[in-house]
Amino acid sequence: MEELREGLLEILEEMHPDTDMASCKGLVQDKILDSFDIITLITRIREAFDVVVPADRIVPENFNSLDALTKLVDRLLEEE
Amino acid sequence: MRNHVLSYLDETVRRVPEKTAFSNGSKDYTFAQVYKGSRSVGTFLHHRGLFREPVVVFMGKHPAEIIAFLGVVAAGCWYVPIDEEMPLGRIELILKSCNARMILCDRDTQEKAKQFAFQGEICIFDEIAATPEDEEALTKIRNRSLDIDPIYVVFTSGSTGIPKGVAACHRSVIDYVEQLSQALEFHEDTVFANQAPLYFDACLKELFPTLKFGATAYLVPKELFLFPVKLVEFLNEHKVNTICWVASVLSMLSSFGTFETIRPKYLHTIAFGGEAFSVTQLHIWQDCLPEASFTNLYGPTEGTGMSCYYHIKRPLEENEMIPIGQPFPNTEILLLDEAGRPAREGEIYIRGTCVTLGYYNDPERTKASFVQNPLHSLYPEAVYRTGDIGRYNEYQELVFVSRKDHQIKHMGHRIELGEVEAAASRAGEVSLCCCIYDSEKSKILLYYTGTIQPGELTAYMKNLLPRYMMPNETKRLEEMPLTANGKIDRRTLMERRKKEWKN
Repeated sequence: MEELREGLLEILEEMHPDTDMASCKGLVQDKILDSFDIITLITRIREAFDVVVPADRIVPENFNSLDALTKLVDRLLEEE
Repeated sequence: MRNHVLSYLDETVRRVPEKTAFSNGSKDYTFAQVYKGSRSVGTFLHHRGLFREPVVVFMGKHPAEIIAFLGVVAAGCWYVPIDEEMPLGRIELILKSCNARMILCDRDTQEKAKQFAFQGEICIFDEIAATPEDEEALTKIRNRSLDIDPIYVVFTSGSTGIPKGVAACHRSVIDYVEQLSQALEFHEDTVFANQAPLYFDACLKELFPTLKFGATAYLVPKELFLFPVKLVEFLNEHKVNTICWVASVLSMLSSFGTFETIRPKYLHTIAFGGEAFSVTQLHIWQDCLPEASFTNLYGPTEGTGMSCYYHIKRPLEENEMIPIGQPFPNTEILLLDEAGRPAREGEIYIRGTCVTLGYYNDPERTKASFVQNPLHSLYPEAVYRTGDIGRYNEYQELVFVSRKDHQIKHMGHRIELGEVEAAASRAGEVSLCCCIYDSEKSKILLYYTGTIQPGELTAYMKNLLPRYMMPNETKRLEEMPLTANGKIDRRTLMERRKKEWKN
């Protein structure tokens, strides 16, 4: 889980090097992530962890923070 | 003869005054409200003494913004839309270039507007939207208007770092609305979902056909484009049957497997443009909506919205480029070689009423791109030189081949890589920089040398560039690869990038 979190953090930081991605709790609400970022993020998650985020999981709650995103990917990996 | 875009609204409001014209899903505006609102705004501007001059509209994406646009036109002026998404540095360049005396804003944007280096008056839409109509004055203005008068100036990326304002007149917009409507078979029962920002010409596709037919257009809230299922739910809730979206948004829906969860129930007309749409994604759409029509659109802002269309009829190969097809009636595409002679493959020149007036307040750059038709010198005839290379395929369909320069299409946005580089260079601690585009991964990559950290550099650039122009990756190099002539070696950067991916 820690490794997964680190990996996701790296992806997020690469997208927005000037934002504190680890502690931000409102990535969607505060409009830090836009639609292009979501596309990039899902593509990068697929490349890095070999896991597909299904459309019905692409909802604001799962993308609002690094913690939420880690939980989402962790669950998807378990479900495989 | 129709020579004023507002005549569409005049006719429609008599026919269907109580029908919803524009909505954002929570607030609906009928044609009567749009008509009345635009007449009020027009009257207000007239009372302020504004005529045949630019009026900046700085509002959140909302039906009221459309009313503001139409009000500006009713006053015999042209609207210059700017947006919160644009950084301050860019807005100030636009304000400087158009030299307007008034900014119309809403309650949310007024605070930001007050920070601009702007000498003119700042007015709030809500406060002027109920101005009693001065019918006599508006009629006089209408009678004086010509169809060659501009109605808007929209700003697009410029390679020197200074955005270019494209000005279009009534006649070009009317021509576009008529041709597009016919090609895509819009009618009174068309329900649009608008995706394009209102500060580009791309939104003309929904705005004016809605007025022409008494159709309805929903402005999709921006945040829905982050979440595919919610987006389709919105389309279904409002019985949307027609979309003209950038290819990247359509790809988002199909590639995320959205249709396995939810299908757009009412969609029958789908048009896409702004960039190449992959045949693989198109096939997913066609499987989901086998009865729907799919149309590829192509055209630069300088040719008023779109200039060419291609209805997908024959089966396409997975690796085939979707053709851009043929020009709309009353538009001609010339393919010319370097010497200006007709060629099978060559630079795309556009001729017709759709060719816009030129770059606003910028004779130099206008002269470079709006040129005398190279095929004759018998009388003055400006054609637009796109910088795109095209060719005809075996079916005599026009196909886009490549760009002549460093302009790219990224997520539907037209971007000059030079403008991104110009922004990076303005940071003092950058010595050399170079931007390349990885089209396979859809990423803008910025390489630079200098003492500044990547995070500091992107934070700085955010003040100069709109979000969609920001590099997706910013890398500091110890040394910039140079060619024998001492120029930055783009090719080496590209090759290094490809190798990185292979590893």
